[in-house]
Amino acid sequence: MANIDIVTQEELAHGHDDHHDDDHHGDKFQSGFFSRYVFSMDHKTIAKQFLITGIIWAIIGAAMSIVFRLQLGFPEESIAWLKPILGKWIVVDDAGIGSLDQDFYYALVTMHGTILVFFVLTAGLSGTFSNLLIPLHIGARDMASPMLNMFSYWFFFLAGTIMFASLFLSTGPFAGGWTAYPPLSAVQSSMSGSGAGMTLWTVSLVLFVVSVLLGGMNYITTVINMRTKGMTMWRLPLPIWAFLVTAILGLLSFPVLASAFFLMIFDRSFGTSFYLSEIFINNAPLENVGGSPILYQHLFWFLGHPEVYIIILPAFGIVSEVLSVHSRKPIFGYKAMVMSILAIAVLAFIVWAHHMFMSGINPFIANIFVLFTLIIAVPSAVKVFNWIATLYGGNIRFNSANLFAIGFVSLFISGGLTGIFLGNSAIDIPLHDTYFVVAHFHIVMGVAAFFGMFAGIYHWFPRMYGRFMNETLGRLHFWGTMIGAYAIFWPMHYMGMAGVPRRYYNFTAFESFNQFAAMNQFITIAAIVVFALQIVFVINFFYSIFNGRKQKKMNPYGANTLEWTAPVNAGHGNWPGAIPHVHRWAYDYGKDGQEFIPQTVPLKPGEKDMGAH
Amino acid sequence: MGSLIIILSVFLLGVVLVQIGKVNELSSAIRGEQESEYSANTTHAVFGLLFMVGFLVLVFGSFFYYKNSMLGYGPLTSASKHGWDIDYIFNVTMVITVIVFVITHIALFVYAFQYRNRPGHVAKFIPHDNRLEIIWMVIPSIVMAILVVGGLNVWNNTMIDIAADAVPGKDFIEIEGNGQQFGWNLRYPGPDNRLGGTYFKKISSSNPLGQVWEDPKNHDDFQPSNIVLPKGMQVRVRITSRDVLHNFYLPHHKVKMDAVPGMPTHFVFTPTITTAEYREQLGELDSKGNPLYPEWHTPADPSDPENKLKRYEVFGFELACAELCGNGHFSMRKEVTIVTPEEYEKWLGEQTSYYEANIKGKEEDVKIGKTEVEAESENKLSLENAKDQSISNIN
Repeated sequence: MANIDIVTQEELAHGHDDHHDDDHHGDKFQSGFFSRYVFSMDHKTIAKQFLITGIIWAIIGAAMSIVFRLQLGFPEESIAWLKPILGKWIVVDDAGIGSLDQDFYYALVTMHGTILVFFVLTAGLSGTFSNLLIPLHIGARDMASPMLNMFSYWFFFLAGTIMFASLFLSTGPFAGGWTAYPPLSAVQSSMSGSGAGMTLWTVSLVLFVVSVLLGGMNYITTVINMRTKGMTMWRLPLPIWAFLVTAILGLLSFPVLASAFFLMIFDRSFGTSFYLSEIFINNAPLENVGGSPILYQHLFWFLGHPEVYIIILPAFGIVSEVLSVHSRKPIFGYKAMVMSILAIAVLAFIVWAHHMFMSGINPFIANIFVLFTLIIAVPSAVKVFNWIATLYGGNIRFNSANLFAIGFVSLFISGGLTGIFLGNSAIDIPLHDTYFVVAHFHIVMGVAAFFGMFAGIYHWFPRMYGRFMNETLGRLHFWGTMIGAYAIFWPMHYMGMAGVPRRYYNFTAFESFNQFAAMNQFITIAAIVVFALQIVFVINFFYSIFNGRKQKKMNPYGANTLEWTAPVNAGHGNWPGAIPHVHRWAYDYGKDGQEFIPQTVPLKPGEKDMGAH
Repeated sequence: MGSLIIILSVFLLGVVLVQIGKVNELSSAIRGEQESEYSANTTHAVFGLLFMVGFLVLVFGSFFYYKNSMLGYGPLTSASKHGWDIDYIFNVTMVITVIVFVITHIALFVYAFQYRNRPGHVAKFIPHDNRLEIIWMVIPSIVMAILVVGGLNVWNNTMIDIAADAVPGKDFIEIEGNGQQFGWNLRYPGPDNRLGGTYFKKISSSNPLGQVWEDPKNHDDFQPSNIVLPKGMQVRVRITSRDVLHNFYLPHHKVKMDAVPGMPTHFVFTPTITTAEYREQLGELDSKGNPLYPEWHTPADPSDPENKLKRYEVFGFELACAELCGNGHFSMRKEVTIVTPEEYEKWLGEQTSYYEANIKGKEEDVKIGKTEVEAESENKLSLENAKDQSISNIN
C-alpha cells in the first residue's frame, strides 16, 4: 500500500490515503460494458457472478431432486407429462404409464450431488462471500490479484458449462454417484453414464479444482498481506477467519482430488490399473490387475472430508457475524470461535476414512479414525454453545438474515448429533449407506450451509445492490424452508434406522424396505413445497435488485465492520479517498452503554481492546 | 395448453407474492419502521417458540409412531450376536444426543424469545466467560471419550476374524457371497468345509465364480440359490465381487461389508434366532389375544384373497446390496433363512456339488482325456498360477 513516513493522529483516526483515485478518474479498467459486468476484476462484481451462477445451479440441482423424488414417492404414478422435457429418459409402457428410466434416475442422483456440493455450496457459498467480504472486511481495495480472481470465476463457469453439456449426451451424464467410486466410474462399459458422461464429469471437475485453487490462493494472500492499518489477525471479523481457513483447506485438499482424477483418466483411457484389478465384466475379463479401488476412496475422501468443512466453515463465519450484529451483542468467546475453526480444520485432514469403515479397510485403522472423528464434536459443541450464549442477553432482531442464522444453529445441532452415531464405526455398521446418512449430511451440510448462505444473502444484499430484499417474503421463505426441510429429512432417519439403503430406484423387491411408501410420498410433497418456496426467494432476489427498498443509511444495521464504511454502490476500489484504519475488534456491541462502536473508532484512553489482548 | 396454464399460474402467484411483500413494506413505512420492526420481532419470536414446541413434540411422536418399523425398537430385534452389542452402544448414543438435542433447542428458541428486540430493551455486554467455556469444552470431551471407548470396544469385538485354530465346519462355517451386476452368487464349501480357489479369468457362463477345477477343494462346493444358515454357529462370509463394488448387507443381522474386486473381504457373525422364531416374535399376541404388532397380521398377498397367510408368517431375512453398483443396484436380493442345526444338516444333505452337476465329464473338466499323472502335474501348475494372482483360499 502507501508509504507513510509520519503517521499523524489525524490519519490514524480517519485512515490513510493510498492515492488510489489520483491516477484516473473513475476506473479505467472498468469502463466498458464487458469489463464492468462480464470480465470484471472488481471483487464485488465477481462475488455477484459467483452468487447468481450458484443460484442458477441450485435451481437446476434442486429441480433434479424433485424429479427423482417423484419416482421415489410416487413410483406407480405416470410421469409421462415430463416427456416433452426429458424425452427418452421417460419410459412410457404400453399402458401409457410413464416412469423414470433407471439409468437416468442414477444420473439425476449423481448430478444432484455433484452440482450441489461443488457448484452451489463450494463456489456459490465460499466463492460469493469470500469475494464480497474479504476486501471489504479487512479494508483492502480489492483482492491481491484481481486478474486471478476473474479467472477463478471463469474456470468455474467453464467447468459448469462442460457439466451442463454432459446432461445432453445421448448416453446420459455420469450416473455412478457423486463420489464416483471405481470400478463403476473407471470401466467405461459398466454403466451407460460411465462412458462420455464420466469423461466430461472428470474434465469439468478438474477445471473446477483450478478455479478453487486460483480463488483460494487469492483469498489467503489477501487476508495475510492486505489488511488495513490496525487490522491485526485478532481483530478480524469471524467470517474472514472462516474464509481464510476454508481457502487453506481447499488449497491443501483439492490437488489430491485432482490427482485422483488424473489416475482415473489414465485408468479409463490409457490402460493403467491404479484402481482396477481382477474384473470380469460384460462376459469378458479385463487385463487390469494389481490396482485397488480402495486407493481411489482414500484419495477422494482426503478431499471429500475437508470438502464438507469447506462448505460449512463459511456458513459458520457468516452466521457468527449475523447473529452478533442482530443480537446487538459481541459474539460470545471470539477466541474460542477462532480456535474451534482452526481445530476443526486440522482434524478435517485426519478423519477421512470414517467414510470407509465398511469399505474393506483394516478394522484396526478404524480405531484411529473413530477417535479423531468424535473429537470434532468438541469444537463443534463449543461453537453451538457460543452461538446460543451470543443470543443470551441480546436484543435480538428477527429479520430474515437473523432468522436464517438461528435456523442454522438448530439444523447444525440436529445434523451434528447424528454425526456422532455415524462417526462411531460400530454404529456405522447398520447405518452406513442407509437413509440415515442421507438425512445426516443433508441437514448438517446441505440445508445448514444453505441457511448460512441465505443469512448472508439477506444480510449483505444492501452491500451488493444498494437495496434491501423484501422482509415479508424473506420471513415466509425462512419459516417455510425451516419446517419443510425438517419435514423432508427428519423422517429419513427412521428409514435409515429401519435399514433402508440409499440410492435405490425403488423398494418393491424387498419386504424389509418397502413399508415406507406413505413416508416417501410425504417427503416428496414436502420437497415440492420447499422447492416452490425457493422460487419465492429467487423472485424476491431478482425483483429486489431492481425494485427493492433503497438503502438510505450507509450503515443500515448499526454494524461495526468496515464494509459499512464504504458508500452505497461503491465502485472499484471500495473507498473513495482514504482507506479506513482499524482500532478495535469487530464486536464492540453494547459496550459502555453504546449500542455499537465501529472498528474505525479509536480506543479511549485506558480502554481495553477485547480482540487484541 | 396444460403447461401454459401452469406457467401462467406460477407467474401470477409470483406477482401476488411480490405485491403482498410490497404492501407490507408500504404499510410498515406508514406505521413507522421502528414500530413495525418491534411487532415483527415479537411475532417471529413467538413463532420460534411454537416451532420449538411443535418440533420437539413431532420428533418424539413420530419416533414412537415408527418405533416398530425400526430395527431394535420393536419386534425387529437384532438377529445376530454382535447386533445386540451395536444396539447397546446405539442406545447409549441415542440417550446422550437426545438430551443435548432437547436442551440446546429449548435454550436456542427460549433465549431468542426472551431477548427479542423490543422497546426499552438493551443488550448486555458479555464478550466471553472462560469458566463457562471450559465447562462446555470439558463435558463434551468426557462424553466423547466414553462413546469412543464404548464404540471401539463393540467394533473390535465385532470385526474380529475367526480364531487361527478354529476348525472349519465344527467351529465355524465359511460361505462366499460374490456380487456381480446385478445379483449374488452364493457358494458353500461342501463336505470338506473348505472353499476352493478361484481365478477371475476362469469365469464363464458355466463357471460364474471362476472356480479353478484343478483344485480338488472346489469339487464339493455347491451354489445354492438362497442363503441357509444354522442358528448359533459362527459364520464367516467371504465377500467377493467379480465386476464393480457391491456391499453384502444383511439388515436384520447387522452385517455390512463392501465386495471389492481383486480383494476379498469378510464379515464374521453368529445368527441367534431362526426365521421361524423371528416370525413368532412378529406375530406375537398380547395377554388378551390381540396382535401386539397388528401391521404384521395383515394379509401377506393382498392381491390374492385365497391366500390366507399373514405377513408375519411369510417373513424372511434378506440379503441386499448397499453400495451403488449400476442401474440395477436396487434389485440384488436373496433370501436368508436361519434354521436349527438339525434342519441345516438336512438341508446340506440335499445339496449337490456344482462340479458334480455341471462340470464333471463336460468340456471344461480338466480331467477329461488325460492320464492321472498328467492331470496331477497340470493341477499343480494351475494352482500355483492361481496363488500368484493372490486370490483363492484363506485356509
